[in-house]
Amino acid sequence: MTPSANPVAVAANPWLARPATIESITREFTDVSTYHLRFADPEIDSAYRFRAGQFNMLYVPGVGEVAIGVSTGGPGRPTEDGPPTWDHTVRLAGQVTAALDRLGIGGSLGVRGPYGEPWPLDSCAGDEILLVAGGTGLASLRAAVYELLAHRDRFPRVRLLYGARTADGLLYTSEYDAWTAAGMEIDTTVDRGSPGWQGHVGVVTQLLTRLRPWDPERTSLWCCGPEVMMRFAVRAALARGLPKERVWVSMERNMQCAVGLCGHCQFGPEMICKSGPVYRFDRIERYLNVEGL
Amino acid sequence: MAERETKPDPKGKSLPASDDGPGAAGWIAKSDFQSFLDRLVALGYRTIGPTLIQGAIGYDEIRQVDDLPKGWTEHQSAGSYRLVRRDDDAWFGFNLGPHSWKRYLFPPQQTVAKAIKRDDGWQLDDVEDAEPPFAFLGVRACELAAILVQDRVFLNEHHSDPIYRRRRENALLIAVNCTQAAETCFCTSMGTGPRCVVAFDLALTETELGFTVEIGSPRGASVLAGLPIREAAPAECAEAASARQQAEDQISKRLDTTDIRELLLGNLDHPQWDDVAERCLSCTNCTMVCPTCFCHSVEEVSDLDGGQVDRVRQWDSCFNARFSYMNGGLVRGDVRSRYRQWLTHKLAGWIDQFDTSGCVGCGRCITWCPVGIDLTAEVAAIREVPK
Repeated sequence: MTPSANPVAVAANPWLARPATIESITREFTDVSTYHLRFADPEIDSAYRFRAGQFNMLYVPGVGEVAIGVSTGGPGRPTEDGPPTWDHTVRLAGQVTAALDRLGIGGSLGVRGPYGEPWPLDSCAGDEILLVAGGTGLASLRAAVYELLAHRDRFPRVRLLYGARTADGLLYTSEYDAWTAAGMEIDTTVDRGSPGWQGHVGVVTQLLTRLRPWDPERTSLWCCGPEVMMRFAVRAALARGLPKERVWVSMERNMQCAVGLCGHCQFGPEMICKSGPVYRFDRIERYLNVEGL
Repeated sequence: MAERETKPDPKGKSLPASDDGPGAAGWIAKSDFQSFLDRLVALGYRTIGPTLIQGAIGYDEIRQVDDLPKGWTEHQSAGSYRLVRRDDDAWFGFNLGPHSWKRYLFPPQQTVAKAIKRDDGWQLDDVEDAEPPFAFLGVRACELAAILVQDRVFLNEHHSDPIYRRRRENALLIAVNCTQAAETCFCTSMGTGPRCVVAFDLALTETELGFTVEIGSPRGASVLAGLPIREAAPAECAEAASARQQAEDQISKRLDTTDIRELLLGNLDHPQWDDVAERCLSCTNCTMVCPTCFCHSVEEVSDLDGGQVDRVRQWDSCFNARFSYMNGGLVRGDVRSRYRQWLTHKLAGWIDQFDTSGCVGCGRCITWCPVGIDLTAEVAAIREVPK
């Protein structure tokens, strides 16, 4: 993906969003939807670029803003089928996400971004990439999946370990066949089995612990999910000899301005909107076990 | 008189120390000072300076020399501020009240964008800030330092705040050196004072009959043109130097900043956080009076039919419970974690984020804490028994 050298949807005024429209909605499950957005200004829409792992601020006037990772599949560039939409997978959690839910197709909102540090596609070139996701954390990795699969020459092995509470909480299941066909190895697990679930039951850490083959010298781990899940997953990987310098996690806090001015998303000395959300593990390790940071 | 440029400098580089030794400073008599205030008005400035407000010395518009708190001083200590009559008529014979210049460069409430509902969707608009240029009269050395700190926050290389930038670039900074110190002052520990040496357009030192005047910028020099200002006499310079020395000599509070970043970030589970949480009311006073605290939220203010929305930026505080709201819960649900957030951000995280401490040693957070929590004492307690 091209670097976001020209963030066309970022104005000089940090609080000024660009008008956008909901082109379609994919209902992932009860409380999670993917909104396929397009900027109202065609010039901005065609010039907009992001890097996998970055996020946008979605703005519902009168209600507020929420930070959502851009999960657009593919390179985020125009394709033969026309320009891609800008996809945002959102879990209903508060007022803004509820307002988004009420907007519906054709609904008008504001978008500004992209913001933040992306997944380390460049610095990990040549590595076997192990993606570990929990719940809606896969949304932050979806763009990275497409990017990795589009560049298999640079990534000799791409694997995904993905856990959710229940089988109907697994995101993007309709795409797994295509991902597998493109060369990704996928292993899923659920915390609680249900009728019809044939797969593994247990936490994602267990998949990581028994993953074969395992080459800690050549593997890079990218992890996104609830903080507690990331802590345990990373601990399991380190226990199997993976160096800390080859582990990346995507952090979440209350991001509001997205440019390091408002102070809400601090995590220790980090402003997650600016120096994150993707961090190399060793940079934030000492803060991950501190309660209430 | 030497001239220096004082444009906002995101790096906050130190300028050479000023000098009002004989021949280097000007002098303006108090009896001529009204002509200086009138000049500022004539140049289009809105002059803001110290004046009595609700039993304290705060900042507000100054038009007449009589608006200044002549003959008043304050007694400050942890959790206490009292206005007291001086036994002389000094105009700037005090240190600092609860206000800081941040109120004007980064206002407590400010509309930063608008949304208007049209048939084809929301129109999202910028806003113009129409505030006339400010002349800040009576800026202390620690406050100049605080402005340089906020410059790094709001005018950094990644993003700049257009309202802050405009106001900051237009503002004329007329510093007045401290000639006394409060019990809560510790600028010498933070390397920010008490002498004004950087970032001012003009720096005054009050003497009995007038002010010595140092020029810090071409803009400062041009403001003075035509005013009844003469070269300061050696005796006047000596009187000013001795008054400034008095301020320095009176400073008794200390904050040991040695390795303070590691000290605090390495002691995030120190029992002192529990101790201070027993006293802290999480009232946000310290963050409201702090001249560098910048955290803010943007509220959506709709008209009645929801067709027009003002996005109103307001000062927020890490002591507000909702500040750390995320996904239906609070990250920092107790006072312990909120106080720790404030102190570690101010004295440690700030260094990572802006390459400077967030504290300038003004002591306001100590004075205005309703229970008298003194951050220098909290740091000392952690330093005494580190993990």
